[in-house]
Parts: sequence; C-alpha cells; structure tokens
Amino acid sequence: MMAAPDPARRGRLLFGGFALVLAVWPLGIDDAYLVSVAITMLWFAAVGQAWNLMMGFAGQLSLGHTLYVGLGAYTAAALYVHFGIGPWIGVWAAVAVAAAAGAVIGGLGFRFGVRGVYFALLTIAFAEFTRIGFDHLDWLGGSAGFFLPLDHDGALPWADLRGPPLLFYYLLLAYTLGLFLLCRAVIARPLGYRWRAVREDQEAAAASGINVFRTKLAAAVMSAALTAPAGVIQAFYYNNLFPDQAFAMHRSIEMILAPIVGGIGTLFGPILGAVVLTPLGEALTLGLEALAIDLPGLKQTVYGVLLVVIVLRLPSGVWPPLARRLGLGDAATRTPDR
Amino acid sequence: MAGRLEVTEIELFYGDARALDRVSLAVEAGTTVAVVGANGAGKTSLIRTIAGLMVPARGRIRFDGQDITGWSSDRVCALGIGQVAEGRQLFGGLSVRENLEMGALVPRARAHRRASRARVLDLFPRLTERLDQAAGTLSGGEQQMLAIGRCLMSCPRLILLDEPSQGLAPALVGQLYRVIAGLKADGLTLVLVEQTVAASLKIADAAYVLEQGRVVRSGTGAELLADPAVRTAYLGL
Repeated sequence: MMAAPDPARRGRLLFGGFALVLAVWPLGIDDAYLVSVAITMLWFAAVGQAWNLMMGFAGQLSLGHTLYVGLGAYTAAALYVHFGIGPWIGVWAAVAVAAAAGAVIGGLGFRFGVRGVYFALLTIAFAEFTRIGFDHLDWLGGSAGFFLPLDHDGALPWADLRGPPLLFYYLLLAYTLGLFLLCRAVIARPLGYRWRAVREDQEAAAASGINVFRTKLAAAVMSAALTAPAGVIQAFYYNNLFPDQAFAMHRSIEMILAPIVGGIGTLFGPILGAVVLTPLGEALTLGLEALAIDLPGLKQTVYGVLLVVIVLRLPSGVWPPLARRLGLGDAATRTPDR
Repeated sequence: MAGRLEVTEIELFYGDARALDRVSLAVEAGTTVAVVGANGAGKTSLIRTIAGLMVPARGRIRFDGQDITGWSSDRVCALGIGQVAEGRQLFGGLSVRENLEMGALVPRARAHRRASRARVLDLFPRLTERLDQAAGTLSGGEQQMLAIGRCLMSCPRLILLDEPSQGLAPALVGQLYRVIAGLKADGLTLVLVEQTVAASLKIADAAYVLEQGRVVRSGTGAELLADPAVRTAYLGL
C-alpha cells in the first residue's frame, strides 16, 4: 500500500493540478463569455494577492489600491500611445511609478505613525486626489477618457498585447500563478517574517530588533509595484481608460473582497476568493435574467447578503477550513519553512 | 562576550509626570543586576528606556563604551541588547518555530540561527514538542520559555528581563530561576527587574531599589537582602 503524501507535497500536487486545469480548459471551449468571466476572475485573484501582501502579511490596511492599478494602466498606455513604447517595456515604468506612489504614501503614513483605519483613509485620499488630477490632465484624455488604438499589423500580437481575449487570459494566468509563487518565496524569507512580526505586534517586533518603519514601507512599495501590472493588462484589454473608473473607490473595495472571502493572510485565499466570487456574481446575473426579474439593485443586494453569510459562516475565509478538509492541515496557511 | 552597561543620570517623562529621576546604574559584563521596587516605581520604564523603546529627556546610556542614548530599539537589539518584555510580548498568532525565527532576524544572529535554535531547544525541551503550535495557545510557563528562547536567538550580550516570573506558578518560578542561573553561568550579562524580590536578590551580583523613579538603595544582592528597610518594605519581614 502506498503511503499518503505529506501535506506539503499534497498541497503542491493540488496546486499543480489546479494550475493545469486553468491552463487547459479554454482549449476545448469556444465561448467568449466564459473566457471574459475567467479573465475577470484571474484579474481579481492577482490584485487580491498583491493587496494581501500588504494587509494579509504585513497588517497594513489599504483601501486605495485602485490607485496603483490606475497609475499602472495610465503609465503603460501613455507610453504606448504617445511614444510607441510597447507594454512589455511600459510595464516596468508602470511598476516604478506605482512603487514610487506606494513609497510616498507609506513613507508619509508610517513616518508620522498613521495606523489602522487612519492609514486606510490616507490611501483613499491619495486615490481620490489622483482621480481628480487625472480628470484634468488633457494629455491623458482627462475625464473624456484615454483610448488605445485597436489597429495592429497582426504579426506579433503578444508584442503589443493587441491579441484576442485568450491572450489576456493566459497572460493573467501566468501573472497570477507567478505572483503566488513570488509571494510564497518572499514570506518564507526574513522580510516575510518581519512583516508578520509587525502585523502581530509592532512593539514586540521593534523589541526583537525589527525596523518597523522600513518593514512596513517595504510592504507598501512591493504591494503597489505588484498591483501595477494588473493595471497594464486592464488598459490593453479594455483599450480605454477613464479616471472615474480607473481610480474608483468602489474598485478598491471590489479588489479586496477576494482575499477577505478566500482567507486573508493566506497564499491561496485570494485566488480561491476570486474563484468563488466572480462566478457567483455572474451566476446571480444569469439567474435573475432567467427568472425575468428586473429589479434595480436586486443583484447587488443578494450578492451582499451572500457575502455576509460567507463571512459569518467562515470568518477566517474559505481557504483555511477547506485546506484542512483537503488533508493539507495547517500547512497550507502556514509560512513555508526557511 | 563583554556586555557592560552604564546608565548615567537618566530622566524620563510621561507628559509632565516624571517616571525616572536621575537614575544611574552600572552593570559589569557577565554579571547579574537586579532592579527591584514596588508597582509604579519606574522599573519597566527603565528597561524600556535602555531597550530604545523610550527616549530619555536627559542622561546617557552606554553599552560597551558606545553611547546608545536615543537609539531606536532595532539598533539597540542589533548591538546585542535583548529584551524579554513584561507580559512576554509573543507573536500569539504565529507558531513557536516562527517566534523563534523572529529572534534571529537581527544581522549579527543570522549566521548562528541553527545553532541558536538547537541551544534554545536544548535549554527548553518542552518547546520541541510545541514547534508548530501557535504561541498564544501555550501555557504561561511555556510562553515565558519561548520569550526567553526568542531573545536568545538574537545572540545577545546583555538580556533585559522584565518581570519574568509574573503570572507563573511557584514551581515554575523555581525552574525559571534555574534557567536564569544557567544564563548567568554562560557569561551573559543580565538585568533582572522583578517584584519577586527575594529570588532576584539571591541571584544578583548587584542590585538597585527604585522608588518613585529614583534609586534609593544599591549594593550587592546579599547586602540588600540583609538590609532591614528592604526586608520590611519588600519581603514583609
């Protein structure tokens, strides 16, 4: 009789299988709607993972993460439209701009001891200032919007991200899985330990020799930088940008739902949360349409009630109890050994 | 190893309230110094000031000849001053293993991480069985072992122990003091702040009595144990 694999190995096998399913399923299906839903799902998984790095592991609440999405999107789009610089180079500029914004916000907040909800308010304020600023920035279209040209010679669709939705699907899949592995590697390193020490108890962390300011700043900068590529993909997928959408407050809230529902401070939680929430939202839309119910706000109300039920029933998120049920023990929610 | 600490005339205020009033003490390398006093005497304020968690209004703090007055706590810790704080200040949601790893994050301790962990687990075998358990679920005694273990992971030259016996059963206090005696025998410099006056004075090479933020008595541990005023005020004899 074969011995059961240890939880860590079982976790790797399950994750590999999950990644394989995500990679293979679109190949046999010609359904643009399903692909678009999957793109949305992966997008939220990726930005949720980047946000989770700052809140879930370092304990710093940001409610303005849409700022980094918007900055990333506008930076890469502007370089492409105005200077003909493609998104594969533009994404590095986008990452740099978002990281700089994260450094300014984090630097100001952490230097002056702004904590908890007050820090969250600071992040909202910066996102709002930026939205207002971009509304008046004619070079980037202002409130009338900024549009990316659709024409392309078709030779290398990957090069300028001018391809079909499947191109964006696989790009987001690679980005989401890559982020997962990157975050896994970082939290197992001293920086990841410092983040969790600061999250647990700042004073105890300081007394243990941890520079709390630098540790929190590193989380803010890295989280912002890792959020920006999602903005670049968004810009080249939708081909239009409007400040009141790119920097919208409600977008910031949507971005953090997946990690909260999936399991904040866990590596797989943001992905699982997006897998649960995005299809749930779509299923509600389709269900209400099938029942011919057309009451304004009903979908949002039902969606909200379902969210409340999930959070009340599973306060630590869906992933920790599911991981235990899958025989992964606490290994799936614990730090990988150094 | 060294680890000489010299505190000169430090003053600390909380708003207008004076918490430390020209406190001076000297801790020779490799010795154990006890600081005793009633609740509110300023013992924890003194420890926190040395550890870099509070900045004194006046006075100097020197460690092995280096002026560390006003240094941030991470720099103080990196220099080799470890702290076992009052209430233990463990990372309750993290495992015992992770708590121990936190102690070894200071640069001077990283290279010795594995050896330090082996030493800590040798000193506290109970922690070996609890490595994957959340620190917050340990018993009081185990938490104190972990707090000391985490501090040892940073390879300190001097350890500030703030009320280590607080909340422990009498049998565990005896066990704790055997561990402290072992650390002393290893040549570590110890500053022991305690309300358990008799036990701390017995183990101390030198001791200071704090009252209302001021040093009112000092001497060897044995001298203060024999001091009628100390015996009346702190030992109820």
